[in-house]
Amino acid sequence: MTLAIQLGIIVGYLMLALVVGLVAYRVSERTAEDFYLASRTFGTIVLLFTTFATLLSAFTFFAGPNIAYHEGPEWVLVMGLMDGIIFAILWYVIGYKQWLLGQRYDYVTLGEMLGDRFASRELRGLVAGVSLLWLFPYVMLQQVGAGTALEALTEGAVPYAVGAGLITAFMILYVVVAGMRGIAWTDTLQGAFMLVTTWVAMIWVLAVVGGPGAATAALEAEAAHHLALGSDHYTVQWMLSTAIVIGFGVAMFPQVNQRFFAAGSRTVLKRSFTLWPILCVLLFVPAFMLGAWGRGLDVTVPEGGNVLPVILAEFTPVWFAALVIAGAMAAMMSSSDSMLLSGSSYFTRDLYRPFVDRTLTDRREDLLARVGVVIFATAAFGASLLNPATLFELGDAAFSGFAQLALPVLVALYWRKTTRAGITAGILASQLFYLASLFVPAVPGSYAGWTAGLVGMGIGLVVTVGASLLTSPAAEERRSIYFDELGAD
Amino acid sequence: MRRRELAGWAAVGIVLCTFAIPWFLWGDGTVIAGIPLWLWWHIGWMGLASVVFWLFASRAWGIGIETEPRSASSRDDRGGDRSATTAAGGDEA
Repeated sequence: MTLAIQLGIIVGYLMLALVVGLVAYRVSERTAEDFYLASRTFGTIVLLFTTFATLLSAFTFFAGPNIAYHEGPEWVLVMGLMDGIIFAILWYVIGYKQWLLGQRYDYVTLGEMLGDRFASRELRGLVAGVSLLWLFPYVMLQQVGAGTALEALTEGAVPYAVGAGLITAFMILYVVVAGMRGIAWTDTLQGAFMLVTTWVAMIWVLAVVGGPGAATAALEAEAAHHLALGSDHYTVQWMLSTAIVIGFGVAMFPQVNQRFFAAGSRTVLKRSFTLWPILCVLLFVPAFMLGAWGRGLDVTVPEGGNVLPVILAEFTPVWFAALVIAGAMAAMMSSSDSMLLSGSSYFTRDLYRPFVDRTLTDRREDLLARVGVVIFATAAFGASLLNPATLFELGDAAFSGFAQLALPVLVALYWRKTTRAGITAGILASQLFYLASLFVPAVPGSYAGWTAGLVGMGIGLVVTVGASLLTSPAAEERRSIYFDELGAD
Repeated sequence: MRRRELAGWAAVGIVLCTFAIPWFLWGDGTVIAGIPLWLWWHIGWMGLASVVFWLFASRAWGIGIETEPRSASSRDDRGGDRSATTAAGGDEA
């Protein structure tokens, strides 16, 4: 019975998504710009929720509450600072500038924008290559997560490979048909759904246990130190490093960065920017407090298992728990489909087009982009079956890996004297350092409590500025295009 | 001057980042209405951030980025140094 309800809800959701995708397909044009960016037409709600759903998704339901359960609710603060404030400021500083440049020069990817300014095909390829290096294992992790969750949900009736395979196949079908417009529409539904179900879940559980006072008292009895701000886990350095690195990393994640180009107007960007901190706090507080309170409630969380499903199973009816879990699975897919689309655009526009076939027509690129989605998703699924440790490590570190791109890009956006050699050296140095901190035992991952991700960002900044001062710009560089008459209507 | 306005907003941005986590309550476990005091602070602070962002969006949007002053945001602009303004725009991050 339970299984039937759960599967019914998941299948129902997939069908709904497919219908939305088909509607989106009917209204879309057959151009690459429409496929990748919905022809730059997003309104406030769609832009806000598609970024939100893409960004948070599965993490909010699973990993976040798990951390709050084991280590205490301070995670709300880290996420609030990182996503609600630092990312919002970058939304303006990086996002608005990128949007203006995209409007003016029709850029679709970050690599394209940088390649044009620095007149360098190699830089364009480098940015795309670095992005795909981190994106690919991250997509793989989502597939692993979805496959594992489906296996757990059905108690083994759907084995991992079948579950992950089915979800991959569905995602391919969906992305190829729907493109950015369909993805954003389902994200919007999903973002609203996540918000509502999380609040209902929290209110439901609190109503059963006797309100927040009783829940907190139970937590105090079980783990009083969780209520005091800070701990051995939540040190000042760790909280700041995590918030800063991930906040900057988010802005460089292809599926998020590309959304900066997709806004319909300046007003859309302004409104989304204003609403962002509220939206973050509305989702994080109930989701992570549920996890934190779970520690004091009498629930048994299996070793390595997820906290939220256990709490829901204990305190809410089967159908509601299934609804939330289905929502979480769907959320996992919504992140993955956006990543597939962006990964494919980075590949076709910044690698295939400049290095293989420069004469690619728009129509052909649209087709190739869809082929790219199939290849990317299938390869990630194949890799997930082989279970390679290196890829897992890369996927886990993806946010920090992307963060390494942020400061060289910021410098280039705001400092005219940045040179091609400078930004290239900055990107290479910070990436090499961060990769070394992951894989070379001699390079430590922590520096007096500060993470290697943060140190790497500093290296990227210093090298970009230093090398730019030491070199002179190449003759073909278009040094003024990020500055002249920008924003003039 | 536009440049001073930019510096002001950059300072506001830094303050918003700095106190999103109430460092002055470090180690404090006071609970009010079932929620730790430090979490109440954070919730209030995020609300404040949203209001500040709204003020920024309606009064100063474009500062440090747009190079031709737009009417809504250029009332105080008395011909500030264009390149200097844009060059400093990254400070806010």
